[in-house]
Amino acid sequence: MTTATAENGTTDIKSDLAAEFARFLKPGCIIADQETQKPYECDGLSMYCEMPLLVVLPETVEQVQQVLRLCHQRAVPVVARGAGTGLCAGAMPHSEGVLLSLAKFNRILDIDPLARTARLQPGVRNLAISEAAWPHGLYYGPDPSSQIACSIGGNVAENSGGVHCLKYGLTVHNLLQVEMITVEGERLVIGSEGLDSGGPDLLALITGSEGLLGVITEVTVKLLPMPEKAQVVMAAFDSVQTAGEAVSAVISRGIIPAGLEMMDKHAIVAAEAFVQAGYPTEAEALLLCEVDGTQEEVQEHIQQVSELFEGMGASIRVSHDDAERALLWKGRKSAFPAVGRISPDYYCMDGTIPRGQLAPVLLAMQEMSERHGLRVANVFHAGDGNLHPLILFDANVPGEFERAEAFGGEILELCVAVGGCITGEHGVGVEKIRQMAIQFRDEEIAQFHAIKAAFDPVGTLNPGKGIPVLKNCQEYRALKPDGMQPMAHVHGSTS
Amino acid sequence: MTDATQSLIEQVNSARAEQRHLRIVGGDSKAFMGRETTEGESLEVGRHNGIVSYEPVELVLTARAGTPLAEIEAALAEHHQMLAFEPPHFGGGATIGGTLACNQSGPARPWSGSVRDMVLGLRLINGRGEHLRFGGQVIKNVAGYDVSRLQAGALGTLGVITEVSLKVMPIPAVTLTLVQEMPADQAIAQMNRYSGLPKPLTGAFWLDGKLYLRLAGAESAVNGTAQQWGGERLEDADTLWQQLNNHQLDFFNTDRLLWRFSVNSAAPHWQPQQNWLLDWGGSQRWLSGDGDPAVMTEQAGAAGGQVSLFRGGDRQSEVSPALAPPLQKLHQRLKVAMDPDGIFNKGRLYGWM
Repeated sequence: MTTATAENGTTDIKSDLAAEFARFLKPGCIIADQETQKPYECDGLSMYCEMPLLVVLPETVEQVQQVLRLCHQRAVPVVARGAGTGLCAGAMPHSEGVLLSLAKFNRILDIDPLARTARLQPGVRNLAISEAAWPHGLYYGPDPSSQIACSIGGNVAENSGGVHCLKYGLTVHNLLQVEMITVEGERLVIGSEGLDSGGPDLLALITGSEGLLGVITEVTVKLLPMPEKAQVVMAAFDSVQTAGEAVSAVISRGIIPAGLEMMDKHAIVAAEAFVQAGYPTEAEALLLCEVDGTQEEVQEHIQQVSELFEGMGASIRVSHDDAERALLWKGRKSAFPAVGRISPDYYCMDGTIPRGQLAPVLLAMQEMSERHGLRVANVFHAGDGNLHPLILFDANVPGEFERAEAFGGEILELCVAVGGCITGEHGVGVEKIRQMAIQFRDEEIAQFHAIKAAFDPVGTLNPGKGIPVLKNCQEYRALKPDGMQPMAHVHGSTS
Repeated sequence: MTDATQSLIEQVNSARAEQRHLRIVGGDSKAFMGRETTEGESLEVGRHNGIVSYEPVELVLTARAGTPLAEIEAALAEHHQMLAFEPPHFGGGATIGGTLACNQSGPARPWSGSVRDMVLGLRLINGRGEHLRFGGQVIKNVAGYDVSRLQAGALGTLGVITEVSLKVMPIPAVTLTLVQEMPADQAIAQMNRYSGLPKPLTGAFWLDGKLYLRLAGAESAVNGTAQQWGGERLEDADTLWQQLNNHQLDFFNTDRLLWRFSVNSAAPHWQPQQNWLLDWGGSQRWLSGDGDPAVMTEQAGAAGGQVSLFRGGDRQSEVSPALAPPLQKLHQRLKVAMDPDGIFNKGRLYGWM
């Protein structure tokens, strides 16, 4: 609860700021009333919401610079927002800050078919890039499942992935250059049209920095040639363990699939009920293995993969045309909404594990599920070890969300314990900020803060996200029954 | 196989306490890179070596920074895997730590990615003598800032890399090299056209009127593409690609200055009368000989990129591209964030850092 004095103070800052913004922003580009601000109160993780002081929607880079300068002078927090599809509350507003929406920056500035690049404003939707590139036989690689709606600026902020990461990489692998405005309002160009630039790789540092280091105002991405052919093998296994072994067997053959996805029984049943893709609902685990390349290559690899899966006891189905391929993928791509139909709410986690740990991790998750009294369905980017457990709960039942959150936290800590990490592609945001203390030690967190300060000395860019306060890390670790210490017991320590 | 972590940390701490500078040395194969500096005692990372873990089915290898590339590549070859970014060895002793610090990748870079692209995580000693771990051993990891990839190209100015985890890839089943004769401007267009097709291209460079194209992948795909594209098939081409990678071709005569242009792959050819080698499908262009740095900087800018003096010449002046003032300020702050007392590789990357 705020006191009357604080409320008056806030009102003063709010009206002062609004008046200042009105000098260079059109009236429709400043949103001050609560009703119109409402859609901005959260991103795709709607459990976390907050109303900002003001929402602004600048239309030019100069206006973005002016907004940032003004906020910097007054030490007002700024939270940048793209399409608002993020899943870690990274774009949740700050109650005493300005929400800076880049929604009006939605133009594709240039497609260069010969150099295979696209120069984009940050609000351009991910799928719109590929749609513009298709006539040239090209497309943009990273394809997060929100690709219809999510924007490239947000993709850069979160280092978004998708189902094709193992072969085609994440956002960081598909960028050439970004234009970024610093907290002080200065314009920086990072990267170039060449494949590298001299000095430390700031482009990589910015990618995935969750809006804590600057505001992206232009992005140049690489485009890839559309494969001649893509085909998918669906394989149904009677155990998760065998399906996991099948994934390793494909990799051991020297084949890098374009996509390699696994679903567990709960996810299969939910997806099949939703889209009728022809999934075998009696299977314990389903693999979708997509191979792409030249006609000859795909034929060769599909045959090898099919024989391998059958040899491991799977029943398989190979897509015969693009329509069938799309149908087989439809179930996987609709897995989240499908699970949404069998439960009032679901909470999507995003841990990453070494592939070999899949079976024990799923087993441990089953035990947690029983202990917390909540069901869990699993979809898994099996090729790159990125696990998306969907915890089913009902927000209307008091205490269920808290239980889901605790369950989720345990899953993330398990991922770290087996040599993985707390987030593969969704980001830390507000959601996983406590678990950062499990993945990193104090010295590492302190190093992150020092890097943040190099870009944002006062700390007004997206405060409270991404990197936890040190004191909170120590408190969080102290709460752990086993005195869990970060990374002390995993992989190949040399000291 | 030696773990020298403790002694490296001690040396960093004592240098810091006594306000001395340190020059980080791995295999000493890339001493010619960056600016010439004499300041400080050498910090020998080469003695911190050995493969820490390698899981072929996970496609992940972790090695101490001083591990020679040759040792890593031999271990990978046993499982029919490789470093897809084909790092140059520059005379033999190159280490994985130095390769990352100098951001060195070979001919496959435009199609298979760079060393920076393949880094999954690392350990590093910062300027406060703290041994830190960033990233991990999994392919996707977005927790915290990407301090691992930040090290690529930093030339050791932000910390001492002690351990690197990398994504590794299978060795392609078949490799084949085609030679097509054409002038440079046509070769640039051809390399870009071919790169835009869904074919298994993994190398494309032009030298002395000849375009060399390397295809690698499934046998059917490689042979099918070779038939479509045409050109003379080159036998024993591996040696040629290695000589290109390690700068052993006559073009890279060390008596002359070597300039590296990192530009838009499709940028038109300029100053054709000069001595060029066009690699990376047109995006890495080597110029051998004298030139006016100011003119070349302008040319590189017009081609959407940058130029650096890669080898030879006056190495007490700046050899890396100049930065815009706000970007330079940011580099200085970042240096302070990681190495507050400025003990690592003073002046190696820029005179002011």
